[in-house]
Amino acid sequence: MARVLLDPTAETRPDTRERATRPDTLDGRTVGLLDIAKARGDVFLDRIEEHLTAHGLRVERFRKPTFTKPAPIDLRHEIATRCDVVIEALAD
Amino acid sequence: MTVAPDDLVSRRVTLGAAEDEAEAMFERGWTDGLPVVAPTPERVAHMLTGTSRDPGEVVAVVPPNLVPCTVEKVAVNAVLAGCRPEYLPVVLAAVEAACTDAFNMHGLLATTWFSGPVVIVNGPVAHAIGMNSGVNALGQGNRANATIGRALQLVVRNVGGGRPGEVDRATLGQPGKYTFCFAENEADSPWEPLHVTRGFGAGESTVTLFAGEAPRGFADQLGRDAPQLATNLADALLTVWGTRAVMAFDAFVVVSPEHARVFRDAGWSKQQVVDELHERMLRPGHELVRGSGGIAEGVDPAFAEAQIPKFRPGGLNLVHAGGGAGLFSAIIGGWASGALGSDIVTVAVRD
Repeated sequence: MARVLLDPTAETRPDTRERATRPDTLDGRTVGLLDIAKARGDVFLDRIEEHLTAHGLRVERFRKPTFTKPAPIDLRHEIATRCDVVIEALAD
Repeated sequence: MTVAPDDLVSRRVTLGAAEDEAEAMFERGWTDGLPVVAPTPERVAHMLTGTSRDPGEVVAVVPPNLVPCTVEKVAVNAVLAGCRPEYLPVVLAAVEAACTDAFNMHGLLATTWFSGPVVIVNGPVAHAIGMNSGVNALGQGNRANATIGRALQLVVRNVGGGRPGEVDRATLGQPGKYTFCFAENEADSPWEPLHVTRGFGAGESTVTLFAGEAPRGFADQLGRDAPQLATNLADALLTVWGTRAVMAFDAFVVVSPEHARVFRDAGWSKQQVVDELHERMLRPGHELVRGSGGIAEGVDPAFAEAQIPKFRPGGLNLVHAGGGAGLFSAIIGGWASGALGSDIVTVAVRD
């Protein structure tokens, strides 16, 4: 007789989603810089901002309340509506 | 609750005639690296007799994939872990506690730090199901201690999808991430038990979850008076996360009976022990600022003139467990504490 077990997993499969189209150029785009609130992430992002603004790009800065939790949905929405591109900084 | 095996709703996985059962479960990724017990419908139905809760009731939404997890799914994983039915209410409470926003299991899983969920059981249930709070309380050999902590981790792995190398990004991890569960020795304690300190009734059963690293030993064998013991213990506690970390990580001290006796003889309440430890751990900010003592790690120079506590208020907790011989206690260091990381969470065990 066949042995039958019960599946201990969530019985779900990951959805596959198309990645957003990458812009050919950053000219005229707004770049969001997301600090995840880890130590010295700001050091890295300050430098990135210098480079981007030197190229004439518009930069907006964002910060997660804590690195230990996913970014709040409002913050994600704000980035998505105000920016064309986002750079997220890990640090330590 | 009595449920017929045929009424269980989890997906059936039929093994091939030539498949080895244990190997099949490894191959499907259901285990933590140790062998598991095959979750047949009959075993899961038997497991569910340990609770009066409906198998379809959602216990919690399990991170990282935020999956609603039913009593039945917890029971399937409790079978895998090797639990007996009477452990199931404790496992259910542990899952519930782990999946609160305050405990932040998602972040605890994702962190590069060593920590994992430490499960401390209080109240009548601990004795009723045969948990160990005595000799080798934090070690191997007791089925309830071993499998309850393991079942929680298997739920996070199998239902939540939290696997090492994926969302679990621990640099080194620690052996307690297989299982880390023990009961408090309430009967011989000089103090009120942990769940009473945390606002529950002495007759209630609870699980308390703490985001902890592996326990480390602390010895004080020569001293016989409370102030001396507190001074030595405070020195050891300063090393949690590293001596330069302040107000950012909580800790538990598992006070053994022989150390507890020293505090009992002095008439020190639990709160007094905590207060005395806090006082001894205050340090001048200039010794802790970045760059002082030739160490880059440290606090902002703005705190140079302040007296700085090691732990935040409520961040240092005591629990009583262990064998009757040995002037040793254990320190369990925490992870990022409070709203920035994880808070200690206690929930009642329901039948």
